[in-house]
Amino acid sequence: MSFIKTKELPEGGIIREAGNAHDYKTGDWRTFVPQFVEENCIHCMFCWIYCPDSAIEIDTSGGKPLMKGIILDHCKGCGICAHECPPVKKGKAALVMVREEK
Amino acid sequence: MEQKLVALSGNEAVAYAFKQAKPHVASAFPITPQTEMMHKYAEFVANGESTTEMILVESEHSAMSAAVGSAAAGARTFTATSSAGFALMWEIVYIAASLRLPICMALVNRALSGNINIHCDHSDSMGGRDAGWIHLFSENAQEAYDNAVMSWRIAEHMDVRLPVMVNYDGFIISHTADSLHMLPDDAAYDFIGKYKHAYTLLDVENPITVGPLDLTDYYFEHKTSQLAAYAKAAEVVQKVSEEYGALTGRTYEYCEEYKLDDADMVMVILGSSAGTAKDVIDDYRAKGVKVGLLKIRMFRPFPAKYIADKLAGRKAVAVLDRSASFGGFGGPVFTEVRSAMYGQQVPLHGYIYGLGGRDFDLGQVATVIENLKKVAAGGRVEDINLLGVRL
Repeated sequence: MSFIKTKELPEGGIIREAGNAHDYKTGDWRTFVPQFVEENCIHCMFCWIYCPDSAIEIDTSGGKPLMKGIILDHCKGCGICAHECPPVKKGKAALVMVREEK
Repeated sequence: MEQKLVALSGNEAVAYAFKQAKPHVASAFPITPQTEMMHKYAEFVANGESTTEMILVESEHSAMSAAVGSAAAGARTFTATSSAGFALMWEIVYIAASLRLPICMALVNRALSGNINIHCDHSDSMGGRDAGWIHLFSENAQEAYDNAVMSWRIAEHMDVRLPVMVNYDGFIISHTADSLHMLPDDAAYDFIGKYKHAYTLLDVENPITVGPLDLTDYYFEHKTSQLAAYAKAAEVVQKVSEEYGALTGRTYEYCEEYKLDDADMVMVILGSSAGTAKDVIDDYRAKGVKVGLLKIRMFRPFPAKYIADKLAGRKAVAVLDRSASFGGFGGPVFTEVRSAMYGQQVPLHGYIYGLGGRDFDLGQVATVIENLKKVAAGGRVEDINLLGVRL
């Protein structure tokens, strides 16, 4: 994202643009990253409900919403999704935290 | 402008000044010696003389928080406190200035603990000198009233949008009856004007975020933007004071000069002690001693160049602080004035006096003047001295 200069900032440190947290990429704060194992997913939407950063991408074009994956620009790697993900299929969860190596 | 001559305590006078602005909201918690001011204000509200919404909170931290919320919502807001109450507001005092909210506050100056003490010194105000507020000091009830009326115009000016603190000495000014001229309500309100907000949380068509998390990428830019406000604020203080002078006949500047023009020796002082100093200066003037006074009215923004110009070429200058900076080099006023005078060959020394309400008497002023005479004649005194204390 591009940075605004002091002279262009509104006074008082206020933000005039509603919902601009979406433009603020916080994904590089991560140490662990959730790995999405699609074949284990039952699309229960627990991850989507619990994610504190709205970083779960879902497809709502059909009747039932489908889990598509993680929006890595916003995922801070807290692991709540993996913790909540129910290991229903053969006892395996669809979200697993792994150390992110770059 | 015809004005009524009245006899009021400083607290009552400031309560009237605040009422004349027809503020929407006041939030406060009682603390001596401020209590009487809000007590008087509550009386106005109870008698139907004011429609201000009073928020009675559970602490000063909450009082300032409520004031910030109210001002951010777009309401004309004031509060008042003293000493430990101001210390408890601390966190939010900075936030009020950072958010550029034009809150007015009466700070009835009282010593900070410990040991606990209810009497006057300036340690409360000086503890907040870096928080971003405009600090005005008053010598008597008249000046406290005038500063309080002007505080609205200064704070709410669109080039300023900063909170203003009206300082007046606890008990010495706050609780003693004094005679003063008061503007009629209509004239005061005409001068202050109708409130306009710079932003409001209540505009749902244009939603804003106030006070968000601000990290390494923007915090410094926001502080830079805030720093730029103080030079403009100083200009507005001057303009508003001139306009007030034209209306009332009482003209204020950043500082008041007393017998300063031809003075070889100058005392620099804040608040009610200036009155005591003037009395002794008159006695010395009668004996042909060229001594004068520079009373600082606006301590923040600190008018460094203005003060340096006023003190240039003097033979000796003494700066009096009614607060101590523990572990620092002299009191807060001393360090500011001395720094402003850098590069000038004017001998300058400091005093700490009147802590915890210790009387500042005529003899102490005489001691300062005798020391000034010694320095002017080429002698030396200590950089930092104590006045009126048993050693």
